[in-house]
Amino acid sequence: MATTEITAEPGSPYIDMTREFDAPRDLVFRAHTEPELLSQWLGPAKYRMTIEEYELRDGGVWRYTHADDEGHVFGFHGVFHGTPSPQRMVQTFEFDGAPGHVSLDALTLEERDGRTIARMHSVYQSLEARDAMIEAGMEGGVREGYERLDALLARLGDRTPATVA
Amino acid sequence: MQTIEQLDAVFGALSDPTRRAILARLTDGDLSVAELAAPFKVSQPAISRHLKVLEQAGLISRSRRATTRLSHLEAEPLRDATEWLARYRRFWDESHGRLDELLAKLQREPPETAPTRQQQSRSR
Repeated sequence: MATTEITAEPGSPYIDMTREFDAPRDLVFRAHTEPELLSQWLGPAKYRMTIEEYELRDGGVWRYTHADDEGHVFGFHGVFHGTPSPQRMVQTFEFDGAPGHVSLDALTLEERDGRTIARMHSVYQSLEARDAMIEAGMEGGVREGYERLDALLARLGDRTPATVA
Repeated sequence: MQTIEQLDAVFGALSDPTRRAILARLTDGDLSVAELAAPFKVSQPAISRHLKVLEQAGLISRSRRATTRLSHLEAEPLRDATEWLARYRRFWDESHGRLDELLAKLQREPPETAPTRQQQSRSR
């Protein structure tokens, strides 16, 4: 099974993510841009995703919420920059709970032998903003268990520290 | 949660493969400089310098037993340094797993009708 490779270089406010999909590029692009499809996969399954706005054009606004069964609702919004295409889709990303902390996400899709490699480069305003946004917006502040640390330590000998693959 | 300066120190300390190997070995228990140096092709003074960097980042503490200085792994800073990343990874891992399933389902549909049958496909 494919794994999502996420890299966060020490000292730089970026996150890079690479993932391969067993589908042609046009289909992967549709799954990223058609609200009906996007709401079926973006975010953990425990969240119901509701897309309130999705204007797929230069300057178009998108807005959605993730809601869990306990009544927690997390809202996110942003703006598309440039005409979104499979070659390049650039958008801002802002968690309603941390207004003014905006990241800029660039997604590129490359087709290779009928499969698609998706690469996302996210730029944050600072290291602090990056960490704060993810602390606040990703999982509603759930704390990690020590199991993950154990797994990380087991890999420390041969992996770069901020890459969890 | 640590300050950004502390996180930078942790990431800086983790940027070296020898220091990562030292931390990995300390998960089994406290070790002396000589014990830590044994598997590496570097001198004990070089290992001592690495230990100093790890100590300043708060990743290890050092104690003295008779004439031997022992290094002890301090897990908490490492946990903080990677926690936000683990959360990010878990979010996208699960999302992409769901996207895999969706893409497989969409490809099983007749291609000429796929774009107009999303509503129907979702209810299957």
